[in-house]
Amino acid sequence: MLHGFLPSLIEGAGITLSLAVCSLFIAVVLGMAGALMKLSRSQVLKHVATVYTTVIRGVPDLVLMLLIFYGGQLAVNELMPRFGIEDVVDINPFIAGVATIGFIFGAYLSETFRGAIMAIPPGQREAGIAYGMTPWQVFIRIVFPQMVRFALPGFTNNWLVLVKSTALVSVIGLSDMMSRAGLAAGTTREPFTFYLTVAALYLVITTVSVLLLNALQRRYSLGVKTASI
Amino acid sequence: MLNVDVMVSSLPLYFNGTLVTLKLLLASLALGLITAVPLAVLRASSNPWLSRPVWLFTYVFRGTPLLVQLFLIYYGLAQFSWMRESALWPMFASAWFCAMLAFAVNTCAYTTEIIAGALSATSHGEVEAATAMGMSPATLYRRILLPSALRRSLPAYSNEVIMMLHGTSLASIVTLLDITGAARDVNSRFYLPFEAFITAAGFYLVLTFILVSFFHLAEKRWLVHLAPRS
Repeated sequence: MLHGFLPSLIEGAGITLSLAVCSLFIAVVLGMAGALMKLSRSQVLKHVATVYTTVIRGVPDLVLMLLIFYGGQLAVNELMPRFGIEDVVDINPFIAGVATIGFIFGAYLSETFRGAIMAIPPGQREAGIAYGMTPWQVFIRIVFPQMVRFALPGFTNNWLVLVKSTALVSVIGLSDMMSRAGLAAGTTREPFTFYLTVAALYLVITTVSVLLLNALQRRYSLGVKTASI
Repeated sequence: MLNVDVMVSSLPLYFNGTLVTLKLLLASLALGLITAVPLAVLRASSNPWLSRPVWLFTYVFRGTPLLVQLFLIYYGLAQFSWMRESALWPMFASAWFCAMLAFAVNTCAYTTEIIAGALSATSHGEVEAATAMGMSPATLYRRILLPSALRRSLPAYSNEVIMMLHGTSLASIVTLLDITGAARDVNSRFYLPFEAFITAAGFYLVLTFILVSFFHLAEKRWLVHLAPRS
């Protein structure tokens, strides 16, 4: 099937998926940091976080990706000789992709997490403080378990957009399923077949994620009353 | 430090790119919106024979990357000899048309869901009142459902327009010289990635802010009845 290119495409799908998961990890860390900075009392932190989310969400991912890939390449090769290393270093497209997508979706997740934290009644946090919990304990025991429920719908959306934006990393030369499909299309002269297969693989990834995240949403909404209409 | 001379001297390239970006954006948004309205009416229908096919269309196009859709149209269709021999082929051989079509179909899928969501969220009292007045379904849609649903779609639609503006940057991958295309051109000529892509980022930021403020005005004009009381 597919002139024997199917295993290669499946392998590419694995690369795409690991790229997405690694970027998600960075995005969650940055998003959490961004949300806490935006909600902090320090004006400086608030401004830094606002500039981060506004600029990143105002610029296309492709432009940021090209900036980080080509710019990072240049910066690394200019800085290396200063540390006495004369080799020319090529930036790994996987790392550039993870860094860029993580950095971009950190901005989107900041907004999602900020909204989720604000949705928790302030009395919850105050009760924790009244019990003598440290701010960290309040966050881990009280805020976090409750914010998951409010954050999941937005998080699901952000994840789906993130998965789809991994296709762009083929532009900077990562051998993901998109570039493998391009290669196969060139050899067999059947571009439609191969890009359609990639579309189907993406659809499988997004469908499975939606099912899993919906199950998680039900798990975290246990005991929450909903009105039936 | 940034090489300002190159940035200034390449500005005309970016302004031409802005024109390409805006033309692509406006054409695809117009086509997408015009097709999304009837599809949304079908999608919101209680008849599964009408709503299911539209759901499938939006599901597939919202679940796959825009880049894949663009490649399917631009590179993919050439696989079929009937396509290459058809009268439409000169259009499909043009990168501009393929990019515009891919963006239009993509935004149509998202816009359909936005408008269909707003249609089904219409309060049932409004529909009952209209039926009690003896309005036919067509009149009901024209006078009650659509004017209200389209207004309530504005906030979500403004997000979609911004996403589409960013989506048009993919046109540079199929050789078009939009803003991103201009930046890639400058980068490959001078090997100055920071200058090239930061200028492009600035152009996109300005366009994003203009669109956002435009939608603020539109919401003030058409959505003022839902604004929180000050």
